[in-house]
Amino acid sequence: MTETIAKTEISFTVNGRPRTVTVEPRKTLADTLREDCGLTGTHVGCEHGVCGACTVLVDGKAVRSCLMFGAQADGAEIRTVEGLAEGEALAPLQEAFIRNHALQCGFCTPGFLMLITGALDENPDIRDEELTEILSSNLCRCTGYRNIIRAAIETAETLRRSRGAA
Amino acid sequence: MTASDKTEAKPLRAERTRWIGQRVTRLEDRPMVTGTGHYVGDLNLPNQLHARVVRSAHARGRILGIDCAEARALPGVAAVWTAEDLGDLPPIPFRATSIKGLDPYCQPCLARGDVRYVGEPVAIVFAETPQIAEDAADLVFADVDEIAPYLDATQDPPDFAEGHGCEPVVIEKGYGDAEAAFAQATHVIELDLGIGRHSGIPMETRGALAVWDAGRRRLDMYGATKRPHWNRDRLAEMFGMSPSEIALHEPHVGGGFGIRGELYPEDVLVCLAALRLGRPVKWIEDRREHMQSANQSREQTHRIRAAIDADGRILGIDETLWHDQGAYVRTHGARVADMSIGLLLGPYRVPAYRARAHYRLTNKTPAATYRAPGRFEGSFVRERMIDAIAVRIGLDPMEVRRRNFIRADEMPFARNLTALETEVILDSGDYEGLLGKALAFSDWQRLSAEAETRRAAGDCVGTGLGFFVEKSGLGPSELVRVSVSTDGRVEVVTGAASLGQGMETAMAQICAETLGVHYNVIRVVHGDTDRIPYGYGAHASRVTVMTGEATRRAAELLRERALDMGAELLQAAPETLDILDGMIVSRDGAEVSLAEVARHLDPASATRGAREPGLAAEAWFHNKHMNYPYGAHTAMVSVDPETGAVRVERYSVTYDVGRAVNPAMIEGQILGGLSQGLGGALFEEFRYDESGQPVSVTFADYLMVSSAEMPPCDILILEDAPSPLNPLGLKGAGEGGVTAAGATIASAIDAALGRPGLVERLPATPQYIRRRIAEWDAAHGTPEGADA
Ligand code: FES
Ligand code: FES
Repeated sequence: MTETIAKTEISFTVNGRPRTVTVEPRKTLADTLREDCGLTGTHVGCEHGVCGACTVLVDGKAVRSCLMFGAQADGAEIRTVEGLAEGEALAPLQEAFIRNHALQCGFCTPGFLMLITGALDENPDIRDEELTEILSSNLCRCTGYRNIIRAAIETAETLRRSRGAA
Repeated sequence: MTASDKTEAKPLRAERTRWIGQRVTRLEDRPMVTGTGHYVGDLNLPNQLHARVVRSAHARGRILGIDCAEARALPGVAAVWTAEDLGDLPPIPFRATSIKGLDPYCQPCLARGDVRYVGEPVAIVFAETPQIAEDAADLVFADVDEIAPYLDATQDPPDFAEGHGCEPVVIEKGYGDAEAAFAQATHVIELDLGIGRHSGIPMETRGALAVWDAGRRRLDMYGATKRPHWNRDRLAEMFGMSPSEIALHEPHVGGGFGIRGELYPEDVLVCLAALRLGRPVKWIEDRREHMQSANQSREQTHRIRAAIDADGRILGIDETLWHDQGAYVRTHGARVADMSIGLLLGPYRVPAYRARAHYRLTNKTPAATYRAPGRFEGSFVRERMIDAIAVRIGLDPMEVRRRNFIRADEMPFARNLTALETEVILDSGDYEGLLGKALAFSDWQRLSAEAETRRAAGDCVGTGLGFFVEKSGLGPSELVRVSVSTDGRVEVVTGAASLGQGMETAMAQICAETLGVHYNVIRVVHGDTDRIPYGYGAHASRVTVMTGEATRRAAELLRERALDMGAELLQAAPETLDILDGMIVSRDGAEVSLAEVARHLDPASATRGAREPGLAAEAWFHNKHMNYPYGAHTAMVSVDPETGAVRVERYSVTYDVGRAVNPAMIEGQILGGLSQGLGGALFEEFRYDESGQPVSVTFADYLMVSSAEMPPCDILILEDAPSPLNPLGLKGAGEGGVTAAGATIASAIDAALGRPGLVERLPATPQYIRRRIAEWDAAHGTPEGADA
């Protein structure tokens, strides 16, 4: 049974760092990141693709890492919550979350951060309504979302302004 | 000399930074936004085994046998246990109250003889990997002779076991002459109401990691929260160990809402396995398991009767409720049913009251507390009655409220009732004042006029208001130790727990203001039985009040000690000194840091003199009575009468919390609570089919509010009625966002559809609303201008 399943070797970059891990084909990307890469910032809330706590960026796109096998990420470029800050300096979105009280228990937070980061990367000119719409794909049980929406919109504005200034 | 006398004498104190009342950012946040927080699932120990629970597939039946042979034979399986393997391990106890007779109904850690709900643990597998454990669990076969399940607590209770029925107790409360009140009444109004089965559903499922060090005789369990000390003591009793041999530790916790951190069968089994198998054991629940095994709540059927005089004044209330406890008594005993009738009356004067709660065991997942337990339900029932009185008398519901409110000058107001084993004495409040503020703040007149205009144009739009009284600051006691280390950092140690509410920040603010340091030099340690001998946990909105006041007292004591040492070092009288941002300063500008003072108080320091070593202090706060924050919700909703779908367009919450330590965090609590309250009002429900199979076991079936359903919400926090029961005037603020949501939404839906009394049950799902429109119209005729 379990032990006879052949493991496969896969390589990808996570937060800019190349990794090679050996995993069972049935292992999800979420578990691969958590168990084989030691990146436990990616959380698992349902394993059904509904809650979005496990959201990471794969080749720039926000995906639910509980719905994807680790093996499917072979060769991909992955970003997780651990890759958002640069050293001690938090990303503007992380700061906006803190400033706006957009988190309480923090369990859903990495998923929301990656979801929003993906959306802003993909379309820096995203309209507020679109951004708000995208946020409805993840669940949070603590905050009632309003502050998450605020943090997302504020960050979009900050980024737009800093691009304008550049 | 008292602390306040000293305050007067200190001229410098006015310049001190205020921390209480400030919207500072949270100390908790950085690890959470960087992914460096550690929840129990993130923790691992070398050589650990993984547990997987085998759960009953049947709602009710006799266990004929459990075949574990195949599972045991699977390579990588260390052990498979059924009830037989547990020996005389006692069932899980509950926190005793004066209600007797519940013991025979406690849950064994693994089903013994009978299974009583789908999801009940019948066996447990321990294996080298979670995958092997899961495979092995699939191989365990429980042979069950099914019995028809008991699923409707309003039906006559069958037998639970030989000599024990499914209704262990009927709780009765009351005062005054209810019979006379009903005899005198101009009107008697009777309503049949119900609330569905909900739960907290934290985004992190439950989990535990236990390790036994036989050499040191020491059992450590990670993943505890809410009640670590109580759970430790019960584990010690169940295992016949000393509490000193067991330590519970709270990692980061992904939300609790009342349901997490109770002592569950899985916690006990994981600890027992660590003891017996001699290896660390880890268990992480999956979502489906969570939906059928973690505590559920709320499901009650109410029949409320009110005796009313010609002016709409309440003369008496008679209330009967049927509480669906599910399959076993859990750690709360019968508290929710008890509290439901103990706190039902909210802000209103009710001269005579008679209530009974039928506490019944069915074949569903067991129930206990979930955020605003008994009050979400009770507020729905009571405020539905207020609306019904308004209709019957032909008065504005606000006027009905005004006529029945307990007045501010009647406070404190003894209810003559008990709840949570304390007398209900409303400590402070100006209900009428708050109602006025809530109406003004929510722009009630304009919104209601707008709704009317839109109704005239054919839309179904309405406004609703729900008034509520919460309770908080449940005692009995809390202990806090504050210390300053030689680098000037401050540590606050409490036995309370943190499940994500921001308690670290709130305690740091109270300590910072009292002591005179910046809040970010403070570290708050909680939920660890190793660090403090007593703790009463995080529940019942008690932490801000109980731990907050204990923190203030300990910080005040520590401040005195610091000033005493500082006075000698600065050659000044202590009362001429102040502490500003961690520095003791004198009037002539001399200063010494708290770090320096801590070094002078080292046990070996020559300057210490006869003073107690260390710059530290500890203090208790004991409190016999709860206090009672209160508020109002308003909503504007639109309903699509074709589909029955409700859209909440606007919402407001006005909440008097006595004293707001951090308004931004309180707003966060209110918003989060509201999202759960709206879920309970409109979407969320654990449903069971006729055979007792749960049909809401994923997020696809148990519908929670997402950002798309969450309306904009205006929040007004008031501090008009500080609690006289603690010096800061604190009341807890964790539950008021939930409490009146059901009542408010029901009222707004009635108004939108122009059909008073339409909503009798929550959640008001689209199907329910369509059905009720048909029923209402059949009974009363289609209202003028409304769609048939
Ligand atoms: S854990 Fe992946 S969506 Fe919930
Ligand atoms: S902050 Fe707790 S689930 Fe979102």
